Amino acid sequence: MAGIEVTALHKRYPDGTVAVEHVDLSIGHGELFVMLGPSGCGKTTTLRAIAGLERQTAGDIRIGDTLVNDLPPAERDIAMVFQFYALYPHLRTRDNLAFPLRAEGLPKPEVHARVTEAARLMRLGPLLDRRPRQLSGGEQQRVALARALVRRPRAFLMDEPLTNLDAELRADMRTEIKHLQGELGATMVYVTHDQVEAMSLGHRIAILNKGRVEQIGTPLEVYDRPASLFCAAFIGSPPMNLIEVEVVDGKLHSQGGLVLPPPPGLPRDRRLVAGVRPEALEVTAPEAEGSIPARVVSVEWLGDEVIYVVDHGGQRDVRVRMPPTVRFAAEAKVGLRHTGGTPTVYDVSTEELVA
Amino acid sequence: MAVSVDEAVSTGPARDHAPPARRLGGRGRSVLEVVLLTVLAVLMLFPVLWMLETSIKENRDVYAIPAKFFDFDVTMAHFKDVFVAPDGGRTALSVSFFNSVVVAGVSTLLATVLGVPAAWAYSRFAVRAKKDQLFFILSTRFMPPVVVVIPIFLMYREFGLIDNKLGLILIYAAFNVPFTIWMMKGFVDEVPAEYEDAAMLDGYTRLQAFWRYTLPLLVPGIAATAVFALIFSWNEFVFATFLTSSDSVRTAPPAIAGLIGGTTTDWGLVAASSVVFALPVLVFAYLVRKHLIAGVTLGAVRR
Ligand SMILES: Nc1ncnc2c1ncn2[C@@H]1O[C@H](COP(=O)(O)OP(=O)(O)OP(=O)(O)O)[C@@H](O)[C@H]1O
Ligand SMILES: [Mg+2]
Repeated sequence: MAGIEVTALHKRYPDGTVAVEHVDLSIGHGELFVMLGPSGCGKTTTLRAIAGLERQTAGDIRIGDTLVNDLPPAERDIAMVFQFYALYPHLRTRDNLAFPLRAEGLPKPEVHARVTEAARLMRLGPLLDRRPRQLSGGEQQRVALARALVRRPRAFLMDEPLTNLDAELRADMRTEIKHLQGELGATMVYVTHDQVEAMSLGHRIAILNKGRVEQIGTPLEVYDRPASLFCAAFIGSPPMNLIEVEVVDGKLHSQGGLVLPPPPGLPRDRRLVAGVRPEALEVTAPEAEGSIPARVVSVEWLGDEVIYVVDHGGQRDVRVRMPPTVRFAAEAKVGLRHTGGTPTVYDVSTEELVA
Repeated sequence: MAVSVDEAVSTGPARDHAPPARRLGGRGRSVLEVVLLTVLAVLMLFPVLWMLETSIKENRDVYAIPAKFFDFDVTMAHFKDVFVAPDGGRTALSVSFFNSVVVAGVSTLLATVLGVPAAWAYSRFAVRAKKDQLFFILSTRFMPPVVVVIPIFLMYREFGLIDNKLGLILIYAAFNVPFTIWMMKGFVDEVPAEYEDAAMLDGYTRLQAFWRYTLPLLVPGIAATAVFALIFSWNEFVFATFLTSSDSVRTAPPAIAGLIGGTTTDWGLVAASSVVFALPVLVFAYLVRKHLIAGVTLGAVRR
């Protein structure tokens, strides 16, 4: 296993599309690193550049201590799992697993041993003699993972490997991948546009937008302190409420009358936006202590929680996450109260976190 | 290279799922269908049938007026005449059949060997002005080949390719390469590029990846394409007529056409040689019919 360093990566396709503007990544040895971002932000391109399937226009890629810019994929000693599993349809599972090993020219007993080992890890025993078309989506994915394992590469790259699975299976496979990664101590770069997947898997998450890295951090950091308005609006479901605020008497005041505690080090004379998580707000009975008057616009019952969309006279409605024990109907007159800690604050013009 | 095409072409259950509208259409409609199809079949097949009949009729029955449909005497003499000369040697016709096999076979091979990798490259790589190039390649097939027969003739005279099998092979290959590229590009597009990506990560070079992964998946498509190219080369008449003159180089189409005309025409021989000429194409198309279906439906590889 080895770490991966990506420095000032830039990729422009021959047709002129700039898929990656500027990306710096430093992925540690044995780390499960997730790249998260909306469709078209350059995740796949970055991954393919690391794999050597795409030549970057500028920038350096190092795997371990080796500068791999000019190495073909075959010499980078990396395994990749594709969204579409790319199992060879005319080969049985057994041979699909053995293929990369035969490319290396390993002796037969060794090939057999490694295939058996990978099959055990991914519980493929009964499937070894089937062809891909005789396997379910989840089974195919397990075979694809096993094929990545057999070679014992220096790092694993995964491009949305679970997208084609249904929700339940996806959750299972997520656990399985995480477990496997831990057990092998493997360096793994995992690409997804699913934030739940990113949060639950990643040791660290890089949030990409329009070919740039917006933020790199642990899932907690990324959730608690989104580094930009983009991250704030991207992470969380529903995402943060972004409320325009003014500093009056050392406190943050929203247009609708919500008062929030200010973080230290606020800049002066700038238009500011506070990011408030839906769980940092509370819908109360009207005129409850510390609340401002508000009106319920709509209610989403999710079973284990309720999302209220509330109008408090501000420019935008805010979303509030409440336990299902509290019940207000739509159009009800209610109170709105801030219960969380200090919010994050962003500069409207730079869209960056300022405090 | 062992890819089973049979698996790719579903044959079984389709029959059971005939749309109900068909059945509800009632007897009247199906009778009409049968009648129309029969008429069509008779119209289409009559010349073929007549050719078959004539090829096995005694000469006096061939020329009988009114024509004899059923009660004629059967002979294999015409077929013997196709291959065996009166002096016992090989006929010019039999030589022309051999030439046809060589010319059609080699030109198809050439077109496939050149066209398949080209199609792969056009499908996989970012080529400058790819669309324009592909359009240009296709545009060579827009005009009727006859249009270029004079310039080709003059050019070939310079190169000494007139009345030369190599000349025919080259021109047929030239016509088949664009066709092969276009047809094969469709097939290559159907094979996900991730196979090659995965193979390259597994330690193969790009060419090995193509050779070991993509090519086996392309076999049905290559077979279908090659059959079409083969049929084109086998049937080609205009260039064969203009560019060849001697019996030792001629292919079958002009040789058979040459039997007609002059003072008398031996229709029995014409019919027999036509049957011999048509047979290989029919047999070949029949043998690879599954590949053809797989090819035409582009269903050989599913994502
Ligand atoms: N081969 C290519 N040629 C030209 N443009 C491309 C090519 N591949 C991708 N792009 C463009 O580059 C941008 C980034 O693509 P990329 O596939 O890296 O996005 P992604 O983040 O993986 O998106 P998704 O989540 O949809 O997979 C997109 O705008 C895409 O249209
Ligand atoms: Mg992608």
